[in-house]
Amino acid sequence: MPVNYYVFVALALFCIGVVGVLTRRNAIIIFMCVELMLNAVNLMLVAFSKVHHLVSNTAGNVVMGNGTDAQLFVFFIMVVAAAEVSVGLAIIVMLYRNTHSVDVNFLNRLKN
Amino acid sequence: MNVTQILFWGLSVMALGSALLVVTSKNLVYSVLFLIITFFAISGHYILLNAQFLAIVNLIVYAGAIMVLFLFVIMLMNLNIDTEPRKKKWLLFAGAFSGGCLLLVLVASLKQADFKNQFAQTNEGNIGLIKNLGMTLFNDYVVPFEVSSILFLSAMVGAVVIGKKD
Repeated sequence: MPVNYYVFVALALFCIGVVGVLTRRNAIIIFMCVELMLNAVNLMLVAFSKVHHLVSNTAGNVVMGNGTDAQLFVFFIMVVAAAEVSVGLAIIVMLYRNTHSVDVNFLNRLKN
Repeated sequence: MNVTQILFWGLSVMALGSALLVVTSKNLVYSVLFLIITFFAISGHYILLNAQFLAIVNLIVYAGAIMVLFLFVIMLMNLNIDTEPRKKKWLLFAGAFSGGCLLLVLVASLKQADFKNQFAQTNEGNIGLIKNLGMTLFNDYVVPFEVSSILFLSAMVGAVVIGKKD
């Protein structure tokens, strides 16, 4: 597949995530949209790792591991996302315990 | 149009459609379920790109662990009824408009980029297999791998400390 198809699919996914973060006010949905954006970036990284593999192999210097770095980067992004979700959901539970709602508009005490 | 292209378009439509439904659906549980469908579609993309290790890790970590965690939080807090108050129309419109502007700018700038003739290898190339990834991970990336274990430990401690009743 030409790589620009993957780029545009990932861009559309990322922008759907951005629209979700901007328009919804439920903290859990905002959090899920952040996960969606992370996955869009992961998709783009994997597609470009395959492009790099193909390009560097046709250029002559055939190395077995060309492009594995990007996929390991995706792996570490997933690791960080898992840690982030555990802490973030703990924060949301604490927010619900204090305000009895997960509406982010109640969190405006820093405003004035 | 061969099988790879049909699979690509099918998976893309599935991912984008269910991502839109994540944002627009009223019920929180439906959002989580549509997000799981999106993750399955992205895993399908990984399999199409022959990145099988990442496809399986994506399924296990995202669809298996993270989404179950979301569902547990929603069910424990009894949030599956629609409690979101209606928001002003122009705020919704402003959010959607600015997101659309971002998409427009990015697409317009990337349409002129010079990767038009570059191809992502599908169905072949073995860099996504667990053998090669494991060799690179434990040869070149041992230190980040170990640091990520410390990250997990601190995340675990942080979650317990934050979630504790005081």
